[in-house]
Amino acid sequence: MADIDLIDVDKHFGANWVIRKLNLRVNHGEFVVLLGPSGCGKTTTLRAVAGLEEIDSGEIRIDGKRVELLSPSDRDIAFVFQLYSLYPHLTAFENIAFPLRAFRMSDKEVRDKVKAVAKVLRIEHLLRQKPSTLAGGDMQRVTIGRALVRRPKAILMDEPIGALDAKMREEMRVELRRLHIENNSTTIYVTHDQIEAMSMADRIAIMNDGVLQQVGSPIEVYSQPANMFVAQFVGSPIMNVVDCRVEPADSTTGVRLNGMQFAFRFGSDIYQRVAAVGHEEIALGVRPEAVLVERTDRAGYVPAEVHLIEPQGAYDILDIGVGKAVLRARTESQFVTRLHEPVWVQLDPNRTHFFDKKSGLALPVGE
Amino acid sequence: MAKLTLKNLSKSYGEIAALRDLSLDIHDQEFFVLLGPTGAGKTTTLRCIAGLERPEAGEVWIGEDLVNDWSAANRDVALVFQQYSLYPNYTVRKNLEFPLRSKLRRISAKEVGLRVQKAAETLRISHLLDRRTDRLSGGEMQRVAIGRAIVREPRLFLMDEPLSNLDAKLRELLRSELQELHLKLGTTLVFVTHDQVEAMTMGDRIGVLCDGQLVQVGTPYEVYNIPRNTFVASFVGTPPINLFDATINAEKIVVAPETFEFSVPAATRARLAKVAGDRTKLRVGVRPEHVKVVNTGGIVGTLYGAADYGVEMIMTINVANHLIRATTTPTTRIPLNESVRIAFTPDKIHFFDAETTENLVHARNDS
Repeated sequence: MADIDLIDVDKHFGANWVIRKLNLRVNHGEFVVLLGPSGCGKTTTLRAVAGLEEIDSGEIRIDGKRVELLSPSDRDIAFVFQLYSLYPHLTAFENIAFPLRAFRMSDKEVRDKVKAVAKVLRIEHLLRQKPSTLAGGDMQRVTIGRALVRRPKAILMDEPIGALDAKMREEMRVELRRLHIENNSTTIYVTHDQIEAMSMADRIAIMNDGVLQQVGSPIEVYSQPANMFVAQFVGSPIMNVVDCRVEPADSTTGVRLNGMQFAFRFGSDIYQRVAAVGHEEIALGVRPEAVLVERTDRAGYVPAEVHLIEPQGAYDILDIGVGKAVLRARTESQFVTRLHEPVWVQLDPNRTHFFDKKSGLALPVGE
Repeated sequence: MAKLTLKNLSKSYGEIAALRDLSLDIHDQEFFVLLGPTGAGKTTTLRCIAGLERPEAGEVWIGEDLVNDWSAANRDVALVFQQYSLYPNYTVRKNLEFPLRSKLRRISAKEVGLRVQKAAETLRISHLLDRRTDRLSGGEMQRVAIGRAIVREPRLFLMDEPLSNLDAKLRELLRSELQELHLKLGTTLVFVTHDQVEAMTMGDRIGVLCDGQLVQVGTPYEVYNIPRNTFVASFVGTPPINLFDATINAEKIVVAPETFEFSVPAATRARLAKVAGDRTKLRVGVRPEHVKVVNTGGIVGTLYGAADYGVEMIMTINVANHLIRATTTPTTRIPLNESVRIAFTPDKIHFFDAETTENLVHARNDS
């Protein structure tokens, strides 16, 4: 088990930057997810830690020791890919035992270690089977078993469950999280799927265009996104982000979306925060669950119209026209049943975000 | 615009029956979704409607026309596929004009220009008209592909997984756009997908297919709230419904094989008695949002996993080795492996026949 530090890591392929000045510390025993769209540099970062990719400048340290010049095998790190890469002619047992065979270990010792890992992964009953007879999820469990068995300093995983079907992925998310809590291996996990990141990570590191956007616990990145990219990459349905105008009004702040007659009312602090960055280019961000919808007029609510009803089963998502803008709101199932029905909406001030449109950054929270 | 009627369609590929006696009425102007797993027969159905596939038995009616013997070109339907199938060397404009250039159609150049302009505006791709299609992003390409279907002003749109190649954010955006497009044009639309979220959010009605047979046709609410059988119950909804084998007696419902039991109030017992007939063995289904964490009473289990998605928390609870999913509020904080008490919302429990898997609400009681 180990700490991993990435310090000012730079990497480019030809003229393209892949990683820019990346600084990230993964603590001993921590599960960190590198999250981002394809091409954001997350896999290259992971491969650089593993030693499968050289970096142009910067440092990679494992337990404080620089490893840039060490070969992958000397870094004592295990790697799990999306593809199972098991030996087809060996049983699950022998596949897991394989990394131990290099160490002149007694048969009994090998057997004990494999069994211990198989127990954690709940594949004890599959050990005699060949990979071709296993389901996808079980094959990936064997692959993970092979990575865990030699107790490496860290485990790196690159979209390990991306190839499984939805139901199996859901199961594996729960299992991998449990495995981590039981085993406490330092883990770096790469995915483009925000659901995987939210459900498994201790901390999420979000990347875009080779640049680290934000590092934080799942709840931090969900409820306090650092910028518009993070705001819309994490969470489903995606956060509403719309242009807005902000004006002082008595002891409140009026916030108007495009074409809105009546303004949403917020505390006066909002105007102060906006004024600090110049109030022309501001976007408002609000998640569907923070758009409050009523079917009758209420104090503080503004009139709006339902454009679309999208049932999700347990709840509905409504596309609501507010002025010329459209906000998506989460309501209980069948709360609104007819299109074009008038409704009244309010935004939960504690869950409404403001972004500087030029930089994309969230406005600093005032005192 | 037209209604669509399929009567007793059958089609097999060699030994494999792709469609089995499939009958379906799709209303004029309806957004109809064919939902099912890979190999269920959805694409075959669509291809039979389009005239790309000939059924061995049965009839395809478009409007008042029996079209079995009509060529694909004469059926006046437009198809959109998962692959965009655009001409890469042509501009967007040329791609949109192409279906109108056919000699069969004899459309004036002026009319062609008007239609292309209108379609481009509807799909918000006017600014791309003179760009080559190989310079477009995935979302833009799919908009052009849809545009090419629109310009023809067909009687029927047929779409085969058109959103599956797009990333999550774009998929969400295009889902709304497609629905708005449909509301605007009013053309009957048949949409094939394996993604239950797409089906739920977009369909006026959903037809669920399994093994070449239509299992259920209904609105999204009907399919979700009153699933025809356990297949529909578990295929629609995420996280999936909890299903147990159970026996019933006068007071209790006993879940097997590793057992736990729970009692339900008199009203639920009465409801069950009415549909269960003399059955004692059942499949019981409870959706995760109807599993509540309670302080006293209820069923005792241990917390197996928990994932906080910000808007809600999905807990996995181990009760006698049955893993039960519960959707709870993010404020619920229980350490892993600690005991949890849960209760099922009585009037939301589903009961299915143990053998036929049919929902007892639907099943006939012959005895």
